Amino acid sequence: MKVVESSGKTVDEAILMAVAQLGVQRDNLDIEILEEPVKGLFGIIGGKDAKVRASIKRTMGDDAKEFLTELLTHIGVEAIIDVNESDDRISIDMKGRGMGLLIGHRGETLDALQYLTSLAVNNEERGYKRVALDTENYRRKREETLKRLAKRLGYKVAKTRKRISLEPMNPFERRIIHTALQSDSYVRTYSEGEDPYRRVVIAVK
Amino acid sequence: MRELVKFIAMSLVDDPDQVEVTEIPGDHMIIIELRVAPEDMGKVIGKQGRIAKAIRTVVKAAAVKEKKKVTVEIV
Repeated sequence: MKVVESSGKTVDEAILMAVAQLGVQRDNLDIEILEEPVKGLFGIIGGKDAKVRASIKRTMGDDAKEFLTELLTHIGVEAIIDVNESDDRISIDMKGRGMGLLIGHRGETLDALQYLTSLAVNNEERGYKRVALDTENYRRKREETLKRLAKRLGYKVAKTRKRISLEPMNPFERRIIHTALQSDSYVRTYSEGEDPYRRVVIAVK
Repeated sequence: MRELVKFIAMSLVDDPDQVEVTEIPGDHMIIIELRVAPEDMGKVIGKQGRIAKAIRTVVKAAAVKEKKKVTVEIV
């Protein structure tokens, strides 16, 4: 955590100095007033400046990074963890060797890590941010694979006029299939079954 | 493996002091028993066991690395 001490004629001025030194917004700082200013004689002699200690607040993104770093250490995988945080989202990218182990079959390990990170970081007091975990562009590649699969199977269903039921997928992946065939003139899609075995069905219109 | 389960559980519960993890080694399989405060059971199991499943998935990945079979039981 970065901490600075700064001083100024007033407390506000001291805080402004700290903001300038740390280069972050005032809202992202914890401010502790060390010394109140004392006005000297004629405002010149014997006066004392205000002094504050400012530290950058720990964010949920910081917590996410710390949680994942320790989790990966326990699993025995080394990775560089990049965190990008916005008001409602924490995007995390992992880089290193052996990322395949962290992805798992059809991304199930990646999804589990993402879910646990979200649980560890979010709580009632601090509010909720969506955690999106990725490595080696797995999410985008998987999305492209699913889109291609949808188009291919859509074509097959239109040709054979026989419905096709896909393998079980999570809600996010099912949505990709639905969206890919949304404006198709020949086939429609719907889901059936209960999670975690809920699957998309492609049928003729 | 025990440390991994302990770390995950302690990050999820309200009462980390009450998290207890024991490892029972076997010839082909390691059994890991996880105990938490009764009020925290929901925090490690989740709706329809979703959290428990995520814990097991992560432990399974770690076990592959160590070439061992591991089961996690919440008791």
